[in-house]
Amino acid sequence: MALPKAKEDATAALLGTLQMPDCGGWCRAAREDALSRLTAMGLPHRRDEYWRFTDPASLIVPEVPKAATLGADPEPMFDQIERLRIVFVDGVFSPEQSDDLTLAGLEIERLSEAMTSDIHWARDIYGKLEVEAQSPVARPLAALNTAFASDGIVIRVTGKVEKPVSLVYLHERDDSQAILHHIVKVEAEASITILENGPAAARFNKAMEVDVADRGEFRHIRAQGRDHERRAATHLFGRLGQESVFKSFTLTVNGVMTRNECVLNLTGDDAVAHVAGAAVGDGDFHHDDTVFITHGGETCESRQVFKKVLKNGAVGVFQGKILVKDGAQKTDGYQISQALLLDETSQFLAKPELEIYADDVACSHGSTTGAIDEEALFYLRSRGVPDAEARDLLILAFLAEAIDEIDDTRIAEDLIGRLEGWLARRKDD
Amino acid sequence: MASLDTADVGVADVKEGVDQETVDQVRALSGTYKHGWNTDIEMDFAPKGLNEDIVRLISEKNGEPEWMTDWRLGAYRRWLEMREPDWSMVNYPPIDYQDQYYYAKPKSMAEKPKSLDDVDPKLLETYQKLGIPLKEQMVLAGVENAEEQAAQLDEDGEPETGGRRVAVDAVFDSVSVGTTFQAELRKAGVIFCSISEAIREHPELVRKYLGSVVPASDNYFATLNSAVFSDGSFVYVPPGVRCPMELSTYFRINAENTGQFERTLIIADKGSYVSYLEGCTAPQRDTHQLHAAVVELVALEDAEIKYSTVQNWYPGDEEGRGGIYNFVTKRADCRGDRSKVMWTQVETGSAVTWKYPSCILRGNESQGEFYSIAITNNYQQADTGTKMVHLGKNTRSRIVSKGISAGHAQNTYRGLVSMHPKATNSRNYTQCDSLLIGSECGAHTVPYIEVKNSSSRVEHEATTSKVDDDQMFYCQSRGLDEEEAVALIVNGFCKDVLQALPMEFAMEAQQLVAISLEGSVG
Repeated sequence: MALPKAKEDATAALLGTLQMPDCGGWCRAAREDALSRLTAMGLPHRRDEYWRFTDPASLIVPEVPKAATLGADPEPMFDQIERLRIVFVDGVFSPEQSDDLTLAGLEIERLSEAMTSDIHWARDIYGKLEVEAQSPVARPLAALNTAFASDGIVIRVTGKVEKPVSLVYLHERDDSQAILHHIVKVEAEASITILENGPAAARFNKAMEVDVADRGEFRHIRAQGRDHERRAATHLFGRLGQESVFKSFTLTVNGVMTRNECVLNLTGDDAVAHVAGAAVGDGDFHHDDTVFITHGGETCESRQVFKKVLKNGAVGVFQGKILVKDGAQKTDGYQISQALLLDETSQFLAKPELEIYADDVACSHGSTTGAIDEEALFYLRSRGVPDAEARDLLILAFLAEAIDEIDDTRIAEDLIGRLEGWLARRKDD
Repeated sequence: MASLDTADVGVADVKEGVDQETVDQVRALSGTYKHGWNTDIEMDFAPKGLNEDIVRLISEKNGEPEWMTDWRLGAYRRWLEMREPDWSMVNYPPIDYQDQYYYAKPKSMAEKPKSLDDVDPKLLETYQKLGIPLKEQMVLAGVENAEEQAAQLDEDGEPETGGRRVAVDAVFDSVSVGTTFQAELRKAGVIFCSISEAIREHPELVRKYLGSVVPASDNYFATLNSAVFSDGSFVYVPPGVRCPMELSTYFRINAENTGQFERTLIIADKGSYVSYLEGCTAPQRDTHQLHAAVVELVALEDAEIKYSTVQNWYPGDEEGRGGIYNFVTKRADCRGDRSKVMWTQVETGSAVTWKYPSCILRGNESQGEFYSIAITNNYQQADTGTKMVHLGKNTRSRIVSKGISAGHAQNTYRGLVSMHPKATNSRNYTQCDSLLIGSECGAHTVPYIEVKNSSSRVEHEATTSKVDDDQMFYCQSRGLDEEEAVALIVNGFCKDVLQALPMEFAMEAQQLVAISLEGSVG
């Protein structure tokens, strides 16, 4: 089917500004496949059903919209945690600021190195999970990423890794664009935690493909930077083997435009997948969580918990889907998306979907939107809690269900502290 | 062991003895489609296919004024430029719109029969199968002086059919063959007639409201309907009037390859109330039949409209052959403050259902409610739900949807709840539950939630599950067989919606729920 003219033009315009990096045989083939996918499907448009709540225009215009940088965080995220630090500045790997790339229980290298070799294990993952995720819904920004990613991290986890691997994305130039692609292969019975934080660039396109083998465990906690004007489109692809565990949590504070897509495929039996997110937005803030979980194996569990606090015209979007395939019996699927609108101008748009082809399942979803509960507020006030404090208390309680999804209590406490700070800063206004 | 066996037989015997009649009845109903006969009466057909001439012909046959013909032609021209929607989760072979009849009329209408004896016996047979009482039959068949003859019958001691009275406007294929209880309704000032009659007799009302809720260019099927609708019902309830009886229409599709394009327009003026029942049956057919109806409801200040539907059109056989294609646009406009519209539907029929009864809550403090049961069995597909568009302040809406999927069927709830920035302090509660019976079927939920102000509250809940094993075990341990147990549990699952139906519909619906699921277990 021919693309509409507007789409074709937009795609050609952006592709004209991008250059495919030099790379070896396997990677070249994967990138060219991705490029032909992309030209066939075209870049997203507001009129696409999958983008009905989020206008992708600023994510695809050839000229990167400028984003001022706030500079270094005085209290860098995850600093209190012992970790292997890998730093990218505006999407470029920074060897000076990064730790030595060695850690017991895993092999780690940069994508830019892995892709120069003629043959590499990453070949079986790079772009492969992304392709699987292109149906039934097209994800052109992910294909764009596979075709043009400049760098990334390629990790093979063979044992239980003690320290988390921490990816730090610094943002220095106000017109930078970063396209990063990470590959994580968790072997059978191995486990790893990956931390990500920072705004990365004025415009950031990131994809992470995670293949978790049987009984493997993958944990992921990310904080999406504090620069107000940054834009990001991220994709997290996961393939889960038997009895594997996949847990991902995202905290988003600020950011003009964020689209986080998470596509998980539970192929083995008894796999567990939890995806959660807490987002707080003030003013010019558009945050979109799009999740697609496919249950292929039996007796799997999936959980989606997304909470958003919005004020001053901030917009929150949630598109979640649980697809239970024919034969995926005894599936337990849960999905909740909630928004707290702190004033009249904020908006929450949601499309929580279920598509179920197996009969012995328990799937549910809930979605609520509203203001702070007046009765709860009254109760707290009657107990002598001042109004502003009572409101903050209720907001934090509202976000708690999502933050509870984080297993590591130190990190959870740190994130709560940062949210308290965000609320406190807004009280002076 | 031996004594236990004897006990079992004893229980079975008692059950057989007690329930034999009921069992037979249910068997008789379920073996083939209950209303799957085909009445052989002469039809007055327009040629197959669709073009401007056909549109003009339909308009002319209905004796419509020029503005109406122009309106239809405008819709037809618009339709030619539109594309058939493909976003719903239903699959069906492409429809050849030129291979349909767009107009069919029972011939016996040409001359008025003197009494029931003169009426085409086939037609009477149809009424009997539908269970229409005798005096209603007379009026429906267009017998001269039917009211007086019916009154005569009353004096002769024909028993009343029941405590509640229902005025029926039967649509036999495309032309409304008669309207009952006209006089009594007229006394109350209520206008209840076919839409073709309303176009002739009450053009000012029709002109004002027709297409004001569902514009002629609304969607592919509604536009097609606007061009070719042959008949339908029209109701106008004047200010402050509480309609003295429930209004009802039977839609029947009778002639092969006749598309039914019904148009219903109900206007409840200030402070009035009306309850409208729509029940549908259609004879068994091998080729697919197309149905694209439009229903428009207008509720002015303080008015209330209750619209209930039981739809059990031919769903196709066990292999998915045949069955009705049902593409319906139903929308209510709560135009006045404090107006209220309540949609209740029980959807058990049709091969393909595409239907989203909606409410535009324009007036402040207006209310919209939607209660739905959609049952799909064998190869049926249903994509149904509602839209609640909150525009006015303090508006409220409630959605309760129960989807039951069995066999190879696919059942989708698709809904929209939209709170506009000005719809402050509004409230929505949505509950969609799906029940799966068998491993080959599918149940899907696609809700859209758009909240654009903070003082409103929107809550959405959905669950999907199978018939609970514990409940099944309990029922079976009490002597119900598997099928009865499923019927009982499913009826319990649907209770919230069944309770919202008017009495006579609730009974029929309950029976339908059980019958629709026959053969889905074991």
